[in-house]
Amino acid sequence: MSMPLLQVKDLDKRFGGIIATDHVILDVDDGELHAVIGPNGAGKTTLIAQLSGQLRPDSGRVRFAGTEITTLPMHKRSALGLARSFQITSLFLDLSVLDNVALAVQAHAGHSFRFWRDARQVPELREPARAALARVGLAERVDLPASALSHGEHRQLELAMALASNPRMLLLDEPMAGLGPEESARMVEMLQVLKRELTILLVEHDMEAVFALADRITVLVYGRVIASGRPDAIRADPQVREAYLGEEEREAGHD
Amino acid sequence: MTLFIEQCLNGLQFGLLLFLLAAGLTLVFGIMDLVNLAHGSLYMIGAYFAATFAAWTGSFVLGALIALVATLLVGMAVEVVAMRRLYGRDHLDHVLGTFGLILFFNELVRLIWGPAGMSLPLPFWLLMPVEVVPGISYSAYKLSMIAVTLIVAAILYFLVMRTRIGMLIRAGASNREMVGALGVNIKLLYTLVFGLGAALAGLAGLMQAPILTVQIGMGENILILAFVITVIGGIGSIRGALVAALLVGFIDTLGRAYFPDFLRLVLSQEAASTAGPAISSMLIYLLMAIVLIVKPEGLFSAGGK
Amino acid sequence: MSATLTVRNVCAVALLVALVLLPLYVWLADDQFVLTLFTRIVILALAAVSLNLILGYGGMMSFGHAVYLGIGGYAVGILAHEEIQSGFIQWPVALGASAVFALAIGALCLRTRGVYFIMITLAFAQMAYYVIGGIERYGGDDGLTIYQRSQFVPPIDLNDRTQFYYVCLALLYGGIYLVWRIVNSRFGMVIQGSRSNDVRMRAIGFPTYRYKLICFVIAGVICGLSGALLATNTDFISPNTMYWTRSGDLIIMVVLGGMGSVIGPVFGAVALLVLEEALSGITEYWQIILGPLLLLVVLFARGGIDGLLYDIGRPKRVQP
Repeated sequence: MSMPLLQVKDLDKRFGGIIATDHVILDVDDGELHAVIGPNGAGKTTLIAQLSGQLRPDSGRVRFAGTEITTLPMHKRSALGLARSFQITSLFLDLSVLDNVALAVQAHAGHSFRFWRDARQVPELREPARAALARVGLAERVDLPASALSHGEHRQLELAMALASNPRMLLLDEPMAGLGPEESARMVEMLQVLKRELTILLVEHDMEAVFALADRITVLVYGRVIASGRPDAIRADPQVREAYLGEEEREAGHD
Repeated sequence: MTLFIEQCLNGLQFGLLLFLLAAGLTLVFGIMDLVNLAHGSLYMIGAYFAATFAAWTGSFVLGALIALVATLLVGMAVEVVAMRRLYGRDHLDHVLGTFGLILFFNELVRLIWGPAGMSLPLPFWLLMPVEVVPGISYSAYKLSMIAVTLIVAAILYFLVMRTRIGMLIRAGASNREMVGALGVNIKLLYTLVFGLGAALAGLAGLMQAPILTVQIGMGENILILAFVITVIGGIGSIRGALVAALLVGFIDTLGRAYFPDFLRLVLSQEAASTAGPAISSMLIYLLMAIVLIVKPEGLFSAGGK
Repeated sequence: MSATLTVRNVCAVALLVALVLLPLYVWLADDQFVLTLFTRIVILALAAVSLNLILGYGGMMSFGHAVYLGIGGYAVGILAHEEIQSGFIQWPVALGASAVFALAIGALCLRTRGVYFIMITLAFAQMAYYVIGGIERYGGDDGLTIYQRSQFVPPIDLNDRTQFYYVCLALLYGGIYLVWRIVNSRFGMVIQGSRSNDVRMRAIGFPTYRYKLICFVIAGVICGLSGALLATNTDFISPNTMYWTRSGDLIIMVVLGGMGSVIGPVFGAVALLVLEEALSGITEYWQIILGPLLLLVVLFARGGIDGLLYDIGRPKRVQP
């Protein structure tokens, strides 16, 4: 196995007295789908924020494809091939679905101080956008206003925007958030397809999805990694059961 | 030296007056998330009511009290009829809607009271100068303005920080649904808060009426200052409004009094008399610009009540 | 702007054609007043179109846009006062001064958002109002008369009212076309995206501040041109042109006409100014009607005239 695509070493982040990220060490191999799980407040979103460049870690290093990216600004990371989707749907609701993704494409297509040519007629912007939308199964909905889509379709659109920059690796922050069972199943199918084409770091609460998709799982509790390894090993790990899965089993027992 | 102290008192008085106006504005914005351009209209109505009722009753104080109540009622009526429908909407909608109200009120006042302004004479016991400190006398009326405003500020502070209603107000500012879920009649609360804001505006209007003006459009001129103060102080913060208002009051008053002279030291006579008044009126905007550069959310951002 | 035959598009084209043919009507009916009125409407329509660029498309609610009417107007007025009569100097100065002011104010104001932005733009416009009003040399509060119109090269003679009308109309149409191209370009996409969701725009990698600032400057420059035309039209300029309620008038035009299209503001300018004329003929207290009317438009007809025309032409779309 060659060097991991994403290497996270001793990452630390504090907010005042709260330790959000505590000496996190994490590796994601090329072509792998690596899931990060943990109870609420474990610091998963904070971790993704540091990996995508939204937050700057207090200490530690992040390397992507051999390049040091710890303090690199957000838009430069996506230029390197590291893209992110958002947990809370944050789209351009009054623009069309295609416009949404085209904007994501445009962000990486040089500067936008072009005032004359109709951007909706530029193939370099529209074609990659259509391609990304096709990949997530929204090819039929491209001309609708984004506000007309269902919540599940919003999550798909969210994914399409992350794919728009043709990344090598995706940071997915709870793509199943708010999805019903049918929609979740569809999302899992889609991720299974994408998994073969990209490297993915997946933060999720939906355990079924996690165990169906992940090659490896890292468990985060109070910002610290308490276990990391193959899904079976994680399932059996007593510390993990105690801290996380155990809670759910105990709750299930009470029903 | 006496002149300087007098100017300082003027600055204090002006600042406190602005505080009254800004407090109402920031209260309504902080709690109902409503941008009310017609706040200046309530200020104007307060002044017109005071002038009218003082003339009817023959008493300044009585006229003022009736005017205060009347403005409160008008404020609540406006809230029920118009403002209610604006809650939750885009701020642009608030600005447009309340701008329409300004046009309406200006014309209504012109219809009822005519285009010429009014005057509000003071009873003689308020006209007498009072010796503040041996050797320095100051207008009794302006002193009472300062006193009244300070009392109102103290009451506001007490109301917002120490009472259950105040707690509801502060809670409402940070979590409207929660307050509603607690069974509090949000609609009534909002009407009362808006009425309070209107009363504060009306009080400011009627207080300055004897010394400054009672005319159509008076609200708009001073509204800008109130906005500047809310920006400097931080929207939603009463404390911020007080600090900012005093800052603005002092800088504007002392600036207009002394800046042209200061300029004369540096520039030629002609340049100073051209630029002097122009730059003096600019001083508070320069202050606002500086605050914007250094701390865009205002000196005391929302929550710092 | 699609080329399909809808009620709205037909109305838009009809309006544009009618404006071109207006002087013909004026000549036939011998009604100079209509020409003067519509010259003013065309000039303010250009200002409203420029405001819509930042307001409707950019989501930047500027309550101080009328300041550029003043800057453009005073550029012409002051230079005329100082015996510089050439339009080739006056008008570029009007544009340049507007650009500089917009750059300075925009750089500061765009550090704020939402209601703060509204208040700040308003405050800076008022500042300009007071400062100019304080300069006695150029008329102070009373304003400045312009004794001679900007001189260009013959055959262009701005003293000929009909010619001047066509100059203004040409500039309006040019402005509309320019704004249309801008909003549909890559730059325009960034501006629209920023209006829709600024945080997301920055997250996907756009430094939105600089785009918005440039947009702000473009709008200011176009409005500055409008100001130069306005001053020429009345041969007079005063600080009142910059008073914040004038900015309010421009916003009314944009909202009344419709923020969703480039031509909406033109509907708004025509509607508002014609309405003003009509209402003030009925009662001198017409603003009592206008005020609540504005509130009603905000509450119930948010898309403005443009929106209403759009709805007439199509069956009601079912909202999911």
